[in-house]
Amino acid sequence: MSAAESTADVAIIGGGLMGCSAAFFLAQRGLSVVLLETDKVGRQASGTNFGNVRRQGRPISQLPLANRASRIWRSANELLGADVEYLQNGHIRVCFRDRPENVGKMEEYAAQAREEGLDLELLSGNVLRERFPWLGADVLAGSHSALDGHANPRLAAPAFARAAMKLGAQVVEDTKIVHAAKIGEDFVLEAEDGRRFRAPTLLVTAGAWAGKIVSQFGEPVKLTPRAPTMSVTEPVPYAILPAVGVMTPDEVETVYFRQVARGNIVLGGSTRAPSYPDEYRAYVMPQNTMTQFHHLRRLAPALAKLQVIRVWSGIEGYTDDSLPVMGPSGTVPGLFYAFGFSGSGFQIGPGVGETMAELIATGHTDIPIEGYSIKRFA
Amino acid sequence: MNGQVVIVGAGPAGVRAAEALVKAGVLPVVIDEGRRSGGQIYRRQPDHFKRSYDTLYGSEAHRAAAVHRAFDALLPHIDYRPETLVWNVAEGHVWATRAGETEAIPYDRLIVCSGATDRLAPVPGWQLAGCYSLGGSQVALKAQACSIGGAVVFMGTGPLLYLVASQYVKAGANVVAVLDTSPFAGRVKALPKLAEQPDLLWQGMKLTLALKRAGVTVLSGMTPAEITGDPETGVSGVTIRTASGTLRHFECDAVAMGWHLRPETQIADLARASFAFDKATRQWLPEIDGDGRAHVPGLYLAGDGAKVLGARSAEVTGELAALAALADMGVAVDKDRCRHLRAERVRYVRFAQGLAEAFPWPHQFVADTADSTVVCRCEGVTAATLRASVSEAYATETNRAKAFSRVGMGRCQGRYCGNASAEIVAALRGEPVECAGRLRGQAPVKPIPVGTARTDV
Repeated sequence: MSAAESTADVAIIGGGLMGCSAAFFLAQRGLSVVLLETDKVGRQASGTNFGNVRRQGRPISQLPLANRASRIWRSANELLGADVEYLQNGHIRVCFRDRPENVGKMEEYAAQAREEGLDLELLSGNVLRERFPWLGADVLAGSHSALDGHANPRLAAPAFARAAMKLGAQVVEDTKIVHAAKIGEDFVLEAEDGRRFRAPTLLVTAGAWAGKIVSQFGEPVKLTPRAPTMSVTEPVPYAILPAVGVMTPDEVETVYFRQVARGNIVLGGSTRAPSYPDEYRAYVMPQNTMTQFHHLRRLAPALAKLQVIRVWSGIEGYTDDSLPVMGPSGTVPGLFYAFGFSGSGFQIGPGVGETMAELIATGHTDIPIEGYSIKRFA
Repeated sequence: MNGQVVIVGAGPAGVRAAEALVKAGVLPVVIDEGRRSGGQIYRRQPDHFKRSYDTLYGSEAHRAAAVHRAFDALLPHIDYRPETLVWNVAEGHVWATRAGETEAIPYDRLIVCSGATDRLAPVPGWQLAGCYSLGGSQVALKAQACSIGGAVVFMGTGPLLYLVASQYVKAGANVVAVLDTSPFAGRVKALPKLAEQPDLLWQGMKLTLALKRAGVTVLSGMTPAEITGDPETGVSGVTIRTASGTLRHFECDAVAMGWHLRPETQIADLARASFAFDKATRQWLPEIDGDGRAHVPGLYLAGDGAKVLGARSAEVTGELAALAALADMGVAVDKDRCRHLRAERVRYVRFAQGLAEAFPWPHQFVADTADSTVVCRCEGVTAATLRASVSEAYATETNRAKAFSRVGMGRCQGRYCGNASAEIVAALRGEPVECAGRLRGQAPVKPIPVGTARTDV
C-alpha cells in the first residue's frame, strides 16, 4: 500500500485535554504538530469528567503545575477564542461529622498549600452553613479555596484543538495508530488504514489507551480503565456558586457537585465502575448512582427534591499509585509521555499541555514533574 | 426452567404477553408506569369518572374492554407494579422506582413493551405555552375530560391527527382546523397497502368526513409557517402556507401537534439492544427477529416500542414475544398459534408501510428549519446553534452535535428533538440522515429525584 506520509516536528497520539492543549502550546511556540485521535477529540475522560477546576486536595508537590493551569483557565476564553464556561467561583472541600480526624488533615494541608501560593480558608460547619446554607448538618468543617472553580469538560479539549488548528496544527480524528516505532531519527506511526505519520518527536497522551503504545517502546505501565459516575439535574435558579466536594478515604463517600450558570447541577463521585477501552464503552452502574445520591443528600439535603435527568460516564486510565506518567521516556530520546491522570487530570490539563510543550521545545521546565517519571514503573 | 420474566409496560402488548405467560404457568412481574393497565391507547379513566367504553374508545371499545378484562383476570397470578418507572437496566436487573423508592428487580428474560410517543417537528413558536403533542392532547381528554384550549388547531400528520381532532369535536371542544403536511395524493397512492386493514381505512375516511361535516377546516399538503403568540400569554394562532402557496392564519389558543409516532426505545437501548436504520420512517429501530427477540439473549421487544404498528398489532407482537420467551425457556408452545400470529404481524407491517407512505415525515421541511427556530425545547437551543456545532466545531453526527450545542441534552433526552436534530445535521453535511446516527439512550429513562433511595439493600 502506497501510504501517504504526513510529517511534523511533533506527533501527538491522543486527543484528550492533555494532547489538545499540548498541540496548542507547541503550535504557539512555532512548532509544526500533528495530533492523532482514534475517535473525536475530548470525547472520553476529558469530555465526560466532572469539570472541577480545583487545586485544593491535590498533592502539594503538584501545586506548581496546578497553579500554572489555573492561570491558563483564567484566560482560556481569550486564549482560545471560545467559551469553555470557566467560572472562578471557588471550591469547598468538606469533611463529614463522623470523620473528625480529617479536620487536622485539612489544617495541615492548608499550611503546606499556603507555601505553594494556594490560599485556603478553614471554616467550621456552622460558619460554612451561614455562608452556604444548602450544606447539610453532616458537614463538620470545610476548606474554601476562593480562586478555584469549574468549567465545561465537553467544550474544553475541542476548544484547544480548534485553537491549535488556527495556529496551523493538524488535528486528525478517526485515526487509530496501531504501530509506533522509532526508525532512525524519526518516529513512524502507522494508522489502522495504513496512513503513516512521521516526526522526530512523539508525545503520547492517550489516556487509558496509552498502555499499548508505551509497551511498543519497552516501557510497559499498568493502567486500570475505570468509569466515573456522573449525573445532572434539571435546571433550577442559579444559586450555588462554588464547586463542592467531600474529603474522605472511602471512595463511596467521595461525592461532589457544582451548578452551571444555566442552572443544572452536575453531580459526580461515589464508586467508579470498570470501563472497556477496547470497545470504547463505559457504563454507569445504577447501584453507584444510588450511593451517589445517598451521600449527596448528606452533603446537601436540599438537593434531594431535584430531578436527575441524565447520567453518563467515560473511560479513565488509572495508574497503580494514582499519579500520572509525565515527562520524557526513560529509554527512547525524543519520546515524551503525559497520561494516566487517574481521574484527576481536568484542572491540570492545560498546565500539562503547556509544560510538555515547554519541555519538548526547550528541553527544560521548572515545574517539578520528576515524581511522575515512567521510570518508577520500570 | 421457570426463569424470572419481567414485562415492562401494560398496554396491549404487555397485557397479551403476560396472558400468554400465565397460560403457560410462568408468572411474570409486570411493571407499569401507568396507574392502571391499558397503556396510552387504552388508558383507563380515573375511578370516579363514568364515561362509557364507547365514549372513550369509539370503534375500538370492544378491544379496549377485552384488553382490560384480560389483564384484570391475570391480577391474582402476577406481580403487578403500577405507577412504577423502569429507569435503568443493568446486569440482569431492571431498576424500578415508585414514590421515591427504588429496587433492582432481577430477570432471566425481559419483555419490553414500552410503547410510543409523538414524533414532533420543530415549528417556529412551538415552545410557546399552549403547544401540546397529539398524544398529550388525547391524554387530557381521555383521562381528565379536558380540552387543551378554548380553540384548538391540530397540526402534523398521521392517523392520530384525525382521530384526536374528531375525539375533540365529539367531546364538544372547539376545533378550529386540522392541518396536515402530507399531500392527499400520497394517501391515495398508499391505498393498496392501507387496504390490509379495511375497517381502519374506512374509519379514517369517516373521521375526515365527520370533521368536515362539523365545519372544521381540513387541509392537506400544507407547510407550517409559524405558531404565533408571546411568552407571557402563549399561543395566539397558527400561520401556514397552503398547498397552493398562499399564507393562511388561524386564531387559536392551543395547538396539538404530531407527525405520527416514534417508538420509546430507551429501555431496549439500556439493555444493549442493537439498532438499525429504518428507511421507511427515517428512524432507528431496535433489531428484532420476527418474534421479537433482540440480539441480546433474554431480551424481547413488542408493541409500538419496537416498531410502530398500532394497538391491534401490539396485542399480536406481545403474545408472540411471550411465546418466543417461553420457547427459549424450553416450554412447549403452540406452533400453529405462532404461525398465525406471525402472519398477522406481516399484515400489520404492510399496513404500517402504507401509513408511512400516506403520512410521511416532512423531512425536507425539518431539514430547512429556520436558524431562529428552537429545535430543543428543553434547553431552548435554536437551529443556528445546532448548525454551528457542525460548521464551526466539526460535529459529524448528532451525539457530537449534542455535546457542543445541548440539543437533546434536556429532560426529554432527545425524544422530541432527536429526529429533527439528525435531519438538520445530515442536511448541513450533505449526507443521508442515517449518517447523522441516533442519540444514544442514557439513564434515567425519565427523570428521577436525587431523593430516590434504595429499598432492597
